Amino acid sequence: MTNPARMRPRLDEYNRPYWTAGAEGTLKMQKCNSCQRFNHPALPVCRKCQSEDLGYEALPGTGAIDTFTVNHQAWFPGVEVPYVIARVRPDGAPGVILTTNIVNCDIDAVRPEDKVRVLFDEQDGIWFPLFEKAD
Amino acid sequence: MASKEAYITGVGQSEVGVRLTRHPLLLTIDAVKEALADAGLTVDQIDGVSTYPGKMAGGFSPVGSEELADALGIKSKWHTGGGELPAQLAAIGNAAMAVKQGLARHIICFRTVYEAAAQARPDEYPTPRGGDLPGSMQYLMPYWATSAANWVAQYANRHVFKYGMKREQLGQIAINAHRNAQLNPRARNISKKELTLDEYMEARMITTPLCLWDCDRYSDCSTVVIVSAQDALDEVKSTPIRIAAMSGSIDSFSWDQPEWTSSYDAGRDLWNYTDYSVKDVDTIQFYDGFAFLPLTWLEGLGFCERGSAHEFIDGGHRIALDGELPLNTFGGQLGAGRLHGFGFAHESVVQLRGEGGARQIKNKHQVAVATSGGGPMAAALLLARD
Repeated sequence: MTNPARMRPRLDEYNRPYWTAGAEGTLKMQKCNSCQRFNHPALPVCRKCQSEDLGYEALPGTGAIDTFTVNHQAWFPGVEVPYVIARVRPDGAPGVILTTNIVNCDIDAVRPEDKVRVLFDEQDGIWFPLFEKAD
Repeated sequence: MASKEAYITGVGQSEVGVRLTRHPLLLTIDAVKEALADAGLTVDQIDGVSTYPGKMAGGFSPVGSEELADALGIKSKWHTGGGELPAQLAAIGNAAMAVKQGLARHIICFRTVYEAAAQARPDEYPTPRGGDLPGSMQYLMPYWATSAANWVAQYANRHVFKYGMKREQLGQIAINAHRNAQLNPRARNISKKELTLDEYMEARMITTPLCLWDCDRYSDCSTVVIVSAQDALDEVKSTPIRIAAMSGSIDSFSWDQPEWTSSYDAGRDLWNYTDYSVKDVDTIQFYDGFAFLPLTWLEGLGFCERGSAHEFIDGGHRIALDGELPLNTFGGQLGAGRLHGFGFAHESVVQLRGEGGARQIKNKHQVAVATSGGGPMAAALLLARD
């Protein structure tokens, strides 16, 4: 069974690198060139120092699961349940959380602090970052 | 004239049901009439209106503050309604500030929900759909993490894996809610009977660790709280309940960025504005749109240590109607419907006045805490009978 298409972000100049960097196989995140802090979700301005000098930095693509839930409810027709929704702390970007799906493993095998690595689900020009267990 | 204190002087509520056909403005008027009679006020004494989140498409908020002021035919001196507040009870906090400032004397605060009816009649109450996702939702929705149940469940699962919370412990919130709901005539359309631990344990999972009983369900209802200035109390016949302190917090504007829910910040801050402390509180009315949220308020307000609320509620005796700290004595949203925040203020007033009837707490009833929200936004009220 194939799930229906994922809901899509509305791309603009600020979030576009986040949603398309998967084309190069990398996870990228907006970062302030002034105070060097990551700024997620992307904005036209840094939340910490209000600088407009923002860029994107590639992250290693690894991380750890902060916490997760196994969703059993069929909220949407055609979406196969159960599936794992997780909060992942990406390595290299302290303080940032990414909500994602953990894929390619037994859903009962997921635990907090599990090491994970990114993979991408490309759908019509959007590279959705997903994660799978790294060990 | 500025007023030293703000008081809740009237409470009212419409019928609570699922897929009601009565118009949501009429449900709101039903609640207004009951609250006016409760306070001993007439509609021409009302000079302000406040709501959360203001009129929105669909059934989430079908009546706005301007619409109600118009329908009441009043000359409002001050009104507000907005979603950009730290959770539902902030609408009551706004009104308290307005009467303290002298902008108005008696303000109707209301929350009308029509989500079950709107779901049954989508042609009448359409919600906008489609289009690419703007804002923070674009980081949640693509992962089929579309319900707040999913977002709250992840915080709850941290308690499972980090602190050892068991389902038998979490289940005490819903069991307590349905037990209390049997004593609340307004909850009859929502909860038909008590919930046993066995039934809870066997229920289907929604999103781990939250099962069916851990999630509130769409309801149709209006709840009204009248906030009055101290110098207008001689116009009121009810026992006034003082808004002794209020707090609110937004941690982050994304549901998934805060490490902890905002109930921890709003809970801590509530005590900055009062000489009361947790040991003075006689009853707690905590937002339970999802059963885990009251645990965050127990910890956030300091009733127990962070990471220990599941032990605090273990067995359910402490939070029962005859326990040392009765929780959600009207049934909460799990047992009495998704009133969306205002039910907790309403019930606090009922209990502090001693008007709870079959569900009245027997111990001292002088101080209550009512809360709303508990995701990235949260608001709390400390209410006291002088």
